[in-house]
Amino acid sequence: MNMKSITFTLNNEKRSFDIEPDETLIDLLRRSGYTGTKLGCDTGMCGSCAVIIDGRIVNACILFAFQVDGRTVETIEGVGDFDRPHPLQTAMADAGAVQCGFCTPGIIMAAKALLEQKPNATEEDFNRHLDGNLCRCTGYVKIKEALLSCSSATGGQS
Amino acid sequence: MSKRKFNVVNKPLRKIDAMTLALGKPSYVGDFKPNDALIIKMLGSPHAHARITSIDISEAEKMPGVHCVLYYGNVPRIVHTTAGQGYPEPSPYDTFMFDSKMRFVGDRVAAVAAETEKIAEAALKVIRVEYEVLPPVLRIQDAMKDGAPIVHDEPEARAVIPVPYEPKKNMAAQVDMEIGELEKGLAEADEVVDFQYYNHYGQHCPIEPHVSMAHVDRENRIIITTSTQVPFHCRRIVAQTLDIPVRQVRVIKPRIGGGFGVKQEIVLEDVVAMMALRTKRPVYWEYTRAEEFVSSRTRHPMLMRLRMGAKKDGTITGIGLDCLSNTGWNGSQGLTVVCNSGSKMLPLYRCDNIHFNGTVVYTNLPAGGAYRGYGATQAAFAFESAMDEMADKIGMDPLEFRSMNHIKSGDTSPVFRALGEGREGVDQAITSCELARCIKAGAREIGWKRRKPHTAKKGRYRRGMGMACLMQGSAIPEIDMGAATLKMNEDGSFNLLMGATDLGTGSDTVLAQIAAEQLGTTLDQIIVYSSDTDMTPFDVGAYASSTTYLSGQAVQNVAQKVRKQILKVGADMLDCKASELTVEDAKVIKKQGGGEVSFSEIALHSMYSSNQFQIGDISSKIVHHSPPPFAAHFAEVEVDTLTGAVRVIKYVAAADCGTPIHPKLAEGQVEGAVMNGICYALTEEYLFNDKGRMLNPNFGDYKLYTMSDLPEMKTILVPSYEKTGPYGAKSIAEIGINGPLPAIANAIHNACGARIRTGPFTAEKVWRSLQAGGELPFEEGH
Repeated sequence: MNMKSITFTLNNEKRSFDIEPDETLIDLLRRSGYTGTKLGCDTGMCGSCAVIIDGRIVNACILFAFQVDGRTVETIEGVGDFDRPHPLQTAMADAGAVQCGFCTPGIIMAAKALLEQKPNATEEDFNRHLDGNLCRCTGYVKIKEALLSCSSATGGQS
Repeated sequence: MSKRKFNVVNKPLRKIDAMTLALGKPSYVGDFKPNDALIIKMLGSPHAHARITSIDISEAEKMPGVHCVLYYGNVPRIVHTTAGQGYPEPSPYDTFMFDSKMRFVGDRVAAVAAETEKIAEAALKVIRVEYEVLPPVLRIQDAMKDGAPIVHDEPEARAVIPVPYEPKKNMAAQVDMEIGELEKGLAEADEVVDFQYYNHYGQHCPIEPHVSMAHVDRENRIIITTSTQVPFHCRRIVAQTLDIPVRQVRVIKPRIGGGFGVKQEIVLEDVVAMMALRTKRPVYWEYTRAEEFVSSRTRHPMLMRLRMGAKKDGTITGIGLDCLSNTGWNGSQGLTVVCNSGSKMLPLYRCDNIHFNGTVVYTNLPAGGAYRGYGATQAAFAFESAMDEMADKIGMDPLEFRSMNHIKSGDTSPVFRALGEGREGVDQAITSCELARCIKAGAREIGWKRRKPHTAKKGRYRRGMGMACLMQGSAIPEIDMGAATLKMNEDGSFNLLMGATDLGTGSDTVLAQIAAEQLGTTLDQIIVYSSDTDMTPFDVGAYASSTTYLSGQAVQNVAQKVRKQILKVGADMLDCKASELTVEDAKVIKKQGGGEVSFSEIALHSMYSSNQFQIGDISSKIVHHSPPPFAAHFAEVEVDTLTGAVRVIKYVAAADCGTPIHPKLAEGQVEGAVMNGICYALTEEYLFNDKGRMLNPNFGDYKLYTMSDLPEMKTILVPSYEKTGPYGAKSIAEIGINGPLPAIANAIHNACGARIRTGPFTAEKVWRSLQAGGELPFEEGH
């Protein structure tokens, strides 16, 4: 094995990891205990592994870990917790938008990235921005309702 | 409908695990994977039908980091079914952990457990296999032809219940039923329709693929943590397949990342158990998305012939439904799925002359299995398309035609007795049916009055409306059993331990609501644990639309018993009779004259003060009815007549599920099922090459809808009160998926005159149909 060391900011904390050169970001995250990021297809087509890198939404299953060296990565673990959930997390839980919940972290990350760029995101914006996130349980109805409620366009806060 | 007042039930409270999951807390099998787990990879057959003539695993075994290689030569050869069903299973025993015969592209050749995924994959490449390639059966209608290759020629293949089973003819099951006389019914008719319909392969596509892990504990027991809908069936079948006692196996189900039926199957667990036993190391196996498509389970494709006779006045005189079902390489759920094609649709409309035949055939293609809708989805497509075709012929509005014929409260149907799940069914009268109100509410919402015949439409883009009526069941009567344990803690909270498995449906929440309602406490006082075969009582698992209705009654029963115990302790403490007391707001209170003790005081008293005992109990439930939920679906579509592309503009689903225990979750079940159904109707499709290899096993080429594809969707819950159900509830999870195929097919016809009888309704099919004047020569698939 030909290990390599990388350093990046993970959920506001500077961290160093020894990685294999061809290791994907999702494998690194999950083996390091950041299991909130899910693997659904391993080909960048379902969005379950979406994380925010330097403000942009990226599928961690098709990114090499070394590519985040020196960058800023945010995963679902950095978004909120029981005592301080993010408004998106509260909205998803309250809208009944979390069924099996496997796609939920990816959806929250994608929506968060959008709202950070555009706090008054419209339905059209959510549709376009979350086009890479699959959910098989909800039919998206309640997810959309939850996300829209967090846009300042509807008086929500994110 | 009874206007009962509830405190916890029928309220849209926050789903108990919603925040945990939204926070991304470790919840699913993969989140608990130990870093030292061996990784399992499977070598799949490159041929649809072949015999292994030689196999050499020695090089793989010698590879550093490889701990075990399993293949047919070093595991027990025990015939079983992979279907997670009650015992004895209605599915034939036709599967081995490993076999020397390959029955589909992807069939198990050999499995490797290695230190890393990379090593495991490298080891697969050095397993040397030679095959004698056999001609495959790749089309449903070729399977039973004389001289067809035999998929299951092994002597062990057998049915374990008395049903027709002739593997030498590739026949995996057959059921035939006649009520009255179909031919007579058709002869009495003014008009007869007789068409073929074909529903295609489809996959559940849970976003979490199949995943299991196992380790052997210090007492040599195998602990399997797996994403399963059927932990108890899994335990039984793993023990059977490894030839070890049931007591040596423990199955733990954490959160499930979606199932929809596909996890009602033992797909990985036998191999992880065997690997753990052989290596004494934790082992982990997760399907890739491609394996999930090909090697897990699918919806049984069916070639259906629907004959219907009716009088000009709308009286239906005869219905004949013949289903030829493709169960693929194994017979999992084949018989019971096709039984449901009959039993879940044929009672929907009153008719004295009904004939049903279901014939299930083996092919060398992916295996069918349980999939939300379970045979009713297939039959609803044929049946509800034919209802429109007949309405056209007799010149009635399809809504009127359905309204005058559908089953109503107080009615029964001879089909209920004639057709069960692999055996005779159970007589029942319909005790709750608000289908008429569903039709009315749905029609109003979609604007049915605006509907014009397709001949009145012009221009490139044409809109049309279609509808479908549906029914399902709630559990399998006299067969399914669920149980629950409830015990009280010092602070007045309760542990609710259940074998019932929440696969994302929210059943943990729904069942906790039922417990809280019965106990007179709040939802947050119920701590749910499901499911673990060492800890929780038996439950058949999450299938057959059973959890709310069946497990819900088990929970209601145990909560009643515990409530009695609480009242008894309360009576001791308040020095009165239990009959003078009631429970409310987590307290026992005197109905008259004042005086109360809190649940916490009661629990502390029963644990520490006098006549100490654990307040708690266990209760089981079997059901004697399977009250159907009903639904009326309406679709409005726009067809681009230049390209044939179909767009769903609006979809309305009005459903009667009795009392919705949790209205938001019930809506969510409808919305999810409908969206899955729309996507299946329009885009989802397995493409095979002429050797039986699936060409599109990925989300790029097998299109699932995303948020941007969502049409305007309206769910209307039309409450009824099912007196046999817990707080009036019936099922809701499956029925919704049955509507989109027929409702959209009918809407396409109403838009542009094209009648599509084979799914999916691609632009190409619609365009070709339009070119052919609305009628496309029938093309059947696999």
